[in-house]
Amino acid sequence: MKLLNKVFALTLALVLLLAATAASAEGFRTLDEIKQSGKITIGLFSDKKPFGYVDENGEYQGYDVYLARRLAADLGVELDIVSLDAPNRIEYLQSFKVDLVLANFTYTAERAEQVDFALPYMKVALGIVSPDSALITEAEQLNGQHLIVSKGTTAETYFTNNYPEVILDRYDSYTEAYLALLDGRGAALSTDNTEVLAWAIENPGFTVGVESLGDLDTINPAVSKGNETLLNWINEEIKALGEENFFHADYEATLRETYGENADADSLVVEGGVI
Amino acid sequence: MQDSGIAILFKGINFQRLLGGLWVTLRIALISIGLSCVLGLLFGLLMLSRRKIAQVFCRVWLEIVRFMPQLVLLYIVYFGFARMFGWDLDGETSGILVFTFWGAAEMGDLIRGALTSIPLHQTESAAAIGLTQWQIYRHVLIPQMLRRLLPQAINLSTRIIKTTALVKMINVIEVLKVGQQIIGQFYRSPDAAFWIYFVIFLLYFLVCWPISMLAKRLEKKWA
Repeated sequence: MKLLNKVFALTLALVLLLAATAASAEGFRTLDEIKQSGKITIGLFSDKKPFGYVDENGEYQGYDVYLARRLAADLGVELDIVSLDAPNRIEYLQSFKVDLVLANFTYTAERAEQVDFALPYMKVALGIVSPDSALITEAEQLNGQHLIVSKGTTAETYFTNNYPEVILDRYDSYTEAYLALLDGRGAALSTDNTEVLAWAIENPGFTVGVESLGDLDTINPAVSKGNETLLNWINEEIKALGEENFFHADYEATLRETYGENADADSLVVEGGVI
Repeated sequence: MQDSGIAILFKGINFQRLLGGLWVTLRIALISIGLSCVLGLLFGLLMLSRRKIAQVFCRVWLEIVRFMPQLVLLYIVYFGFARMFGWDLDGETSGILVFTFWGAAEMGDLIRGALTSIPLHQTESAAAIGLTQWQIYRHVLIPQMLRRLLPQAINLSTRIIKTTALVKMINVIEVLKVGQQIIGQFYRSPDAAFWIYFVIFLLYFLVCWPISMLAKRLEKKWA
């Protein structure tokens, strides 16, 4: 079967060729490279209102998106948005698929080993939301019960380390996690308190029984490990934005509607990277 | 924004967005299926080769496809290739690569099965009346093979169409991801999820059902 031998030889040659062209891994893009390319790639959530979501006209909106637009404008480049989910945020930075992640990324020491965090632009603690009929007011009440979390979030790590007796149900996306709570597939759901507070306002029958759990965390922009030029620029930018109270304006534009008239912006907003 | 149910679907350009997402799904699936058919034929013929090394090569490929979850393959191609080799493939290309890698192997195996199911005496008889190897394939084996192959190939195609939903994990905004974005925006509406997922179900059905119907008709026609 000469024909088959040829086919096989060709396939083999192709595979070898592919393997041979495998260049050494490219690194991150420095500030200058981003400016030269005229485009910055930023990873954002696309289903997490009010931080990063897509509205009914197909436009990205939210607190994180507002900042992303401003950063791109001040850099004088176009904004290229990558829609990502919580579990793969670090992966996107480590494989250099994005220059910057602004997907409500909470600072943790563990994550800081893998990516570089810039100055914070928001602060949060964990919250637990549960149905009014069986309200959870203490984290201890969850022992032996099912708690819904989203994969790769601070809540997942916190409960694994501090409340090993809580049974964690991990979901791939926030959408799926909230649906699970609505369907009664768990006793409660835990994630950032900002998230659950906003969600509970809009879902009658559910209340945030635990408003502040764990240490106060900050939300920071993150870049690939070692990308100092970009990191420094973002830090300077955040300081400069603080002077014009940019993040309060961001809050009014994107979060006010969700948290209501009485909410205090200062409980969330961090100006100029100073907590 | 206390919209309930179906109203959300027609708010703004939501419905167009879903259709746009469906087009992305279809584009990835159709390209992958097309490439799978072409490569699958080569793969199938290669599996029949008497060369040991060719058989081992096919075996390894097929086993990788069967044992590796498609999501893992997608991550390897999308993130892994960028990390290891610096190949920055976009999500759609990665998806097409993975689904072709999968489709070609499975299609090849189906083709091999269909070919070997044709009794050997047909090949021998054809050779006896003086047909060349190419003519035997062209006039004797391939027409019969196609008929036997059709139901399984259609089955594989619909499986590929449905599995494309996984590319939402690698920054491809296909129909399911658009649906989740809409639900994400209207999460205050308790039945948004039901209606959006229901519409997505309908869209998938409308795509896969005609393919099944077509296959049925072809089977009858060729029988």
